[in-house]
Amino acid sequence: MSLRSNVLDLRKRRKEVQMGGGEKAMEKQAKMGKLNARERILALLDKNSFHEYDLFVEHSAKDFGMESKVLHGDGVIIGTGTIDGKPICIFAQDFTVEGGSLGLAHARKITKIMDHALKMRVPLIGINDSGGARIQEGVNSLAGYGEIFFRNTLASGVIPQISVILGPCAGGAVYSPALTDFVFVVENISKMFITGPSVIKSVLGEEISMEELGGARVHAEITGNAHFYATTEQECFEQIKTLISYIPRSNSKKAMPYPIKAPLKGKKIEEIVPVDPRIPYDMRDVIKTLTDSSEFFEVMEHFAPNIIIGFGRLDGETTGFVANQPMVLAGVLDCDSSDKAARFIRYCDAFNIPIVTLEDLPGYLPGVDQEHAGVIRHGAKILYAYSEATVPKVTVILRKAYGGGYIAMNSRHLRADFVFAWPTAEIAVMGPEGAANIIFRKEIAEAENPEEMRQQKIKEYKEKFANPYVAASQGYIDEVIEPKETRSRILHAMKVSENKSVYLPSKKHGIPPF
Amino acid sequence: MFEKKELRELVIQGGVYMTQYSRKFEERVSWEAPDENKLYSFIPGTIIDIFVKPKQKVKEGETLLLLEAMKMQNQVRMPFDGEIVQIHVKKNEVIPNRFLMIEIKPKK
Repeated sequence: MSLRSNVLDLRKRRKEVQMGGGEKAMEKQAKMGKLNARERILALLDKNSFHEYDLFVEHSAKDFGMESKVLHGDGVIIGTGTIDGKPICIFAQDFTVEGGSLGLAHARKITKIMDHALKMRVPLIGINDSGGARIQEGVNSLAGYGEIFFRNTLASGVIPQISVILGPCAGGAVYSPALTDFVFVVENISKMFITGPSVIKSVLGEEISMEELGGARVHAEITGNAHFYATTEQECFEQIKTLISYIPRSNSKKAMPYPIKAPLKGKKIEEIVPVDPRIPYDMRDVIKTLTDSSEFFEVMEHFAPNIIIGFGRLDGETTGFVANQPMVLAGVLDCDSSDKAARFIRYCDAFNIPIVTLEDLPGYLPGVDQEHAGVIRHGAKILYAYSEATVPKVTVILRKAYGGGYIAMNSRHLRADFVFAWPTAEIAVMGPEGAANIIFRKEIAEAENPEEMRQQKIKEYKEKFANPYVAASQGYIDEVIEPKETRSRILHAMKVSENKSVYLPSKKHGIPPF
Repeated sequence: MFEKKELRELVIQGGVYMTQYSRKFEERVSWEAPDENKLYSFIPGTIIDIFVKPKQKVKEGETLLLLEAMKMQNQVRMPFDGEIVQIHVKKNEVIPNRFLMIEIKPKK
């Protein structure tokens, strides 16, 4: 045989395997409105940057007729490539091959690329589209999942891990995405659940569709399992590219700085926020007056919308934003919003991303459902996350900072590096209405006109305590600033915090309330 | 997709705030004090058998009905000495969780 015939043979072999589950299966995949695994990788990565490995891996299962089955690539594609020139490791399950089911060889390919990602300190992207465990391979299939989960955990906080759910991801398989940093879902395509609709119906008599049980919207809005929601796969890939632009490739690096750009000229910050603390506004508009080019990449937009988390740039540097959203539930903290913010704070801290906290909240959400859902332990997560974070932390109090909410939102007491307050800030143990009702209960009850007395006492309390100057007199806030100074103050604070160095007591690990 | 919501009032510690409600907040189940005279299902399942009739006097611990769920036959027992007031389920009926099965009242 000549070299040429050898090469031709290689090409033929490659082509055959690259056909995945064959033409019919590919057509079926397309009919479901889904790209196939290879198309997805190529759509996500820089042109001509994808390099595949383990193309010729085959399974060695012998039972239940598996010995005669040829499964191309064993139902998963692995490789390396670049996104905007930044290196990444990637795997994509191929639903056209035996439903993307996970057998031993399939899992070994995934763990191989995971090991590479961790060793090379580059982000890992996993595209999930699989019917689940390959039943014919029995416990080997379970072992495969376990090896993946273990590596997800080892890599957590070392390299960014991104999961993209582009098909079913059910049963134990869902725990790999759940262990990763960011989960992307697409409308009508993503399905995630532990127990499917048919089992739920047969055991419990509850009837529900797959979409209502574990569709993209459910995970984006109700469960909080998903961080990004898109209506098409292409939109999803754009979101992933944007995320990659904001984050560093590993925990030993800083995110790549971008050229410095001023915010766009639009509504002024002081025009966005009403002076009356009971009137809402969209906190996103405030964030956009602060960030370079007024760009803000929101994370978990639809889940617990009473708090906003996401990335923006300040003088070209990636910054994490955590902000109360007065537009939804008055911006209160509750179980979900605490959980959402706490995990984001820990993400930023793990990956050297400084945090800006914008505060305007009336406290915690009252309700039996909240108390019984564990608002104590969930609320504690946010205290833990802020206290533990050693990245630069800057807080701006815009209006309300009452009670436990004041402490939780990166206060001086949790070691904020800089705390600024607007002159409209009300830093107090509780809102004027509640405080007046308690402190002046007797006077109000005994007054000739109780309502008049109540209003008078509320006014008195407001003037005396519902302002930033009591906290400023104690040094709990560093400076009362004009709203229009906000960006320049934050920029300076971040500039002088660049070399921040803090050491926590040495320990194996803490025990956060999760 | 995700629709825009109207502003509504939310009271936090006496302060009245104008704000949108989130979907989860709107769908929250309001809490009710448990009524010991109402026996609800604690799991979805099938009523296999009913051993009592309305107005029947029943002693504490007596089995009132069998609720089969997750392949287990659960005996629903009388929590105190008393009387059956009303039975809301039939034999072989499939019922959801938190379904009112029997109303009872204590002995005078």
